[in-house]
Amino acid sequence: MSNQNGSGSDRKFKVVGTRPIRHDGLDKVTGRANYGADLALPGMLQGAILRSPHAHARIKKLDVSKALAMPGVKAIVTSADFPEIGSGGMAAGESHIDPKDLQANIMARGKVLYHGHAVAAVAASTIEQAREACKMITVDYEVLKPVMTLAQALAKDAPILHEGRKAVGVPPLPEGDTNIMMRLANAKGDVDAAFKGADVVVEGWYEASMAHQGYIEPHATVVTTRENGQAEIWCSTQGPFAVKSMVAVTLQMDPNLIRVTPSEIGGGFGGKTTIYLEPVAVLLSRKARRPVKMVMSREEVFRATGPTSGTRIWAKLGVKKDGSFVAADTRMEFEAGGFAGSPMGAASMTLYAAYNIPNFRFEGLDIVVNRPKVAAYRAPGAPNAAYALETAIDELAQKLAIDPIDLRLKNAVKEGDVASYGPKYDRIGFIECLQAAKNHPQYKAPLGKNQGRGVGAGFWFNVGLQSSATVSINDDGSAVVRTGNPDIGGSRASMAITVAEELGIPVERVRPLVGDTDTVGYCDLTGGSRVTYATGMAVIEASKNVIEHLRARAATIWGCEVDAVEWRDGQAVGTNGASNNKPLSLADIAKQMAHTGGPIIASASVNPPAAGPGFGVHLCDIEVDPETGRSTVLRYLVVQDAGKAVHPSYVEGQFQGGAAQGIGWALWEEYLFDKDGKMENPGFLDYRMPVASDLPMIDTVVVEVPNPLHPYGVRGVGETPIVPPLATVGNAVSRAIGVRMHQLPMTPPRVLDAIETKKG
Amino acid sequence: MAKVVFTGGLRTLVGAESIELEAARVVDLVAALYARYPALEGKLEGATVAIDGTLHHDARYQRLLPTSEVHFLAPIAGG
Repeated sequence: MSNQNGSGSDRKFKVVGTRPIRHDGLDKVTGRANYGADLALPGMLQGAILRSPHAHARIKKLDVSKALAMPGVKAIVTSADFPEIGSGGMAAGESHIDPKDLQANIMARGKVLYHGHAVAAVAASTIEQAREACKMITVDYEVLKPVMTLAQALAKDAPILHEGRKAVGVPPLPEGDTNIMMRLANAKGDVDAAFKGADVVVEGWYEASMAHQGYIEPHATVVTTRENGQAEIWCSTQGPFAVKSMVAVTLQMDPNLIRVTPSEIGGGFGGKTTIYLEPVAVLLSRKARRPVKMVMSREEVFRATGPTSGTRIWAKLGVKKDGSFVAADTRMEFEAGGFAGSPMGAASMTLYAAYNIPNFRFEGLDIVVNRPKVAAYRAPGAPNAAYALETAIDELAQKLAIDPIDLRLKNAVKEGDVASYGPKYDRIGFIECLQAAKNHPQYKAPLGKNQGRGVGAGFWFNVGLQSSATVSINDDGSAVVRTGNPDIGGSRASMAITVAEELGIPVERVRPLVGDTDTVGYCDLTGGSRVTYATGMAVIEASKNVIEHLRARAATIWGCEVDAVEWRDGQAVGTNGASNNKPLSLADIAKQMAHTGGPIIASASVNPPAAGPGFGVHLCDIEVDPETGRSTVLRYLVVQDAGKAVHPSYVEGQFQGGAAQGIGWALWEEYLFDKDGKMENPGFLDYRMPVASDLPMIDTVVVEVPNPLHPYGVRGVGETPIVPPLATVGNAVSRAIGVRMHQLPMTPPRVLDAIETKKG
Repeated sequence: MAKVVFTGGLRTLVGAESIELEAARVVDLVAALYARYPALEGKLEGATVAIDGTLHHDARYQRLLPTSEVHFLAPIAGG
């Protein structure tokens, strides 16, 4: 692993950029950390959910009377227990959702839209009793033909998932009932004329399967309610404040009555930015007047929680002989699952964002199918879009006999260029990433027989949003920093490093805490690659406010004006008539807090703009066994602009994790459904995510082109790493076997088929 | 006057690639746009607003310069 500083920041850091052991590490490796399922309360009941055995059906009748009479059963909830709410839009942290759809996804109302859709829930003394009671609930279904693929959804005679709902977006829109929920389109220049003037044109369909985020910890919650209407919710989530908002809207509760405590989180990757169990547990607890725990099984996670969209993307790219892109045209079809809301909008904005393409056009469709409702997954939509465009670029590089990195360098965006989505770029590091990849030893390593090298690039916005932080000083001179962002990727360490940097104390003297919705200021979700950037800015501000207190306390001790005190290297230093005083350390001042005004504590809140674009370039060397079609990843490199790596190990970890997930999506992961729409592989044995033995050590290069929007130059890093791998791996496989493949995952049977087709 | 650049569906509604409007803040700009183009009414709520290249998730009270270039983009999410 190496680090390449693109231009450097003027500030000389002492703690930022170091690699201390994470503060939460000991508890996590010793099993002491408390995850969603670990909490137990006196009198707590266990909840279970009855799920639909059909992918598409009307609920004609639902009878819970037999189940309610079962031993140990204390409460049963169906959609009848949820208040009826209208369609609309609500801000849920970083996204906007339709609360009516959100509620209907949590508990089916009138119609089930995927196999595993929740129909009823039971709370009983034991989980076995709850599960047995679920079996005694009788549901009379009118089974409908499932719509499992995009082609089926778009067919003229397709069954309609949401009767009466019209498509919205950019005309022309389909008239009458449709499975198209939204259409987006945009164009720049004269695309058709530009294609006519192109020297080489490639076009094709590029398909990617629906893929799950694959977090290790299933969804889990414990809820207790009180007679005054209050609800206390413990859950595994990326955003406790978002849970509070979503529970409030789905149950039409006063948000003031809801307190949400985030547990430790065993992965989320976007999949825990929404809710499934929490409102159900609130209703069960309310009815039973007891605390209720609900924990999903792995099978439930696969059947009923958000994967990301499967896609069909047609892309056409035209180029001059010298490698200059002249035109691009794309049609993107995104599976939304049972309810509207795929990441097609983000995909449309990221699609061409890495390159200067003078003439382009795209059309994007958000399409409902009888599969689980999609949820966010790392850079939602961008990997699918990049898969199509970056594969087309590789095809062009082969046709033109141009080095694939050189082709990208010729067209890459840089500071001052106009992004395809509208505004001009400020300082960005795409060129630096391409150059770093080209100069890396892997790019020069010789390839053997049946081996291929793939190149791919990716872009993601990175968001900002609202954050707050509180820093307090203990009387021994140590510090505590509290925020409301669950720690998924090492953010506790980042927050502690930031406080240590600002106050000038060792990072081990800072305790980073994640609070609940009643004890910390508002923070948007842990998502969008925003926490180290946005919450980090709040921590910087809070730390600076603490320093103002420390200067004032030193002035009190010395009997001088505050202006005569400076904070340097973790000490109060006297100037302007106070310079004869011996500098006071933070510990010296802390000892005298009681005499100088009481506890020292400061907060800050921010709502910064988006976190500065992140660009990455990946290299993948693959060997394909021509007898079996099995692909073995030999070497893999991630190069990405991090702006400034606050804790380089966790930046590298984000790079490696995103790459590993992307490799799995490219080679192995897919949802397999039977003819009735039942998922056939709802477990890690058959839904094949990569494990450590499947992959080589993923190498990384951290490029640092400072982000002008952040005091340290930080950019978000968590999402960009999953954007390039789909195309990077696909390009490597295609080059290894000498035939271009257009469908993910590139499983051994598909690769063998491509080899056989080539042989004729 | 601030320059507003439209793409996609917004461009279709406005019928122009860009226009110039007098506005001190984004909230004033949006009000002026709604008044001039009733078809836009409500369509800019929740948008990510790019002002001179910087993307704001909530730009309601952001100040505009006479030279500002403004884009209304789809809300940007993440995972």
